[in-house]
Amino acid sequence: MAAQIKPYLAALLQKKLREEGRGLNDYRKIEVEINPLASSAGSARVKIGSTEVLVGVKLDVGEPFPDTPNEGVLIGNAELVPMASPDFEPGPPKPESIEIARVIDRGIRESHAIDMQKMVIKEGEKVWMVNFDVYPINHDGNLLDAGALGAIIALMNARFPKYDEKAGRVKYTELTKEKLPMTEIPIMTTFGKLSGTIFVDPTKREGDVMDTRLSITTLESEKASSMQKGGFGTFTKDDVLQMFDLAVEKGKELRKLLKQATSKA
Amino acid sequence: MGGIGAPEHLIVNGKRLDGRKFDELRPIKIKVGAVPNADGSASIEQGETKITVGVYGPREVFPRHMAKADRAHLNVIYDMAAFSTPERARPGPSRRSTEISKVIADSLAPAIFLEKYPKTAIDVYIEVTNANAGTRAAAICAASVAIADAGIEMRDLVTSVASGKADGELVLDLFQPEDNFGEADMPLAIMPRTNEITLLQMDGDLNRDEIKKLVEMSIKACQKIYGIQKLALKEKYETEKVGIEESEPAAQGGK
Repeated sequence: MAAQIKPYLAALLQKKLREEGRGLNDYRKIEVEINPLASSAGSARVKIGSTEVLVGVKLDVGEPFPDTPNEGVLIGNAELVPMASPDFEPGPPKPESIEIARVIDRGIRESHAIDMQKMVIKEGEKVWMVNFDVYPINHDGNLLDAGALGAIIALMNARFPKYDEKAGRVKYTELTKEKLPMTEIPIMTTFGKLSGTIFVDPTKREGDVMDTRLSITTLESEKASSMQKGGFGTFTKDDVLQMFDLAVEKGKELRKLLKQATSKA
Repeated sequence: MGGIGAPEHLIVNGKRLDGRKFDELRPIKIKVGAVPNADGSASIEQGETKITVGVYGPREVFPRHMAKADRAHLNVIYDMAAFSTPERARPGPSRRSTEISKVIADSLAPAIFLEKYPKTAIDVYIEVTNANAGTRAAAICAASVAIADAGIEMRDLVTSVASGKADGELVLDLFQPEDNFGEADMPLAIMPRTNEITLLQMDGDLNRDEIKKLVEMSIKACQKIYGIQKLALKEKYETEKVGIEESEPAAQGGK
């Protein structure tokens, strides 16, 4: 199947066309829903075309890592549940899902989007632990961007639960009004390359046959906080710089969309 | 910069803490044939980072369903020995090692004619015996040499180095304190004949100009490492050639 659609998609991309009629540098339609899940401290539903992910944020109190006693803890995870695609199988996480989780996690962690020093209850003993879990509902490509967007939205809209300091218990169901100390809005943009053509936001069909992939997380300051290449193909230095410029541009677009959605929520 | 055990500065009097210049590699030694049992093997020492790679294959695929009709299955396992880090590393795969195995496979695959070995597996086993930053980059350099040593057809070797930013300076081939406490880390791999990039990762804080400079600095360094890789391969096979020449007269003498 993949072998048959590859030359067709390569020829289409060569003509600067996509199957849905969008341009090489366009995302599919992006829809965002804020806090759809009441059990989470913060949550988000993100649709990019027919790719859909849910991200939930849980806040807990625990011990800091020994090497960072004065910082909270951030842990990102992705579960590629078999419901979301015929390609996903039950069982322990595959390298693909571990890569997705770690790349999304790094984009947020390395941008210092959360001021972790403000997440300390008692230095060296008790800090807030932030967990976010990405669950695809339907996989039609580019889970990286959908998951990263969902994660930052869920984090921006999460509220601390009440913490009973005497009993040392978190009251998960009683959320306060206090939000996480966010400092940045990192945005990930993923590019595909097929037979020399570079394009934004690969669909599942494009993703299955493309030669290679680069994800760049950019910040408002027009800097990058993480990059990750995947797939068996290659890029040139000029490709990388071209994608960097586009990632900055796409980051601005998505940040605007995200701020609009948040102000309505 | 910050955290427990962080040095006050990473750059002192215009030099790095190990005395290197900003664009200076650590001493690199590559030896071909480190694992006699393997079909191809190599070891690399890059400063205190020490890695051995054994390649088996092309051989039967296990589990069988991983076999591909039109090409070889490239199986890369990156493993850190329990004693490779100051604190004992728990043996077995971790999320980190699983991801690194995958990105190393992605970086090596473009250089291998996988399509020449359908329905087989090429198993690349990487053992980090001492870790001092840059392990994935050093592993790629050694692995591509080991694959060549196994006689597997390749377009080119793959050469890699990790660069980054420490105390605001762009520095080549990070060592541990720079990796732990620096501002950015960017491993990159290329096929040195064409400079095509086969691995690119980055964590930290870099602007466009810094990325451009680091890519250029890394490509230049990879060309140097490429020379060391080729020399290592020549050393092994030239020795073997001399061995044959010496044995021939002996064989004739027996007549």
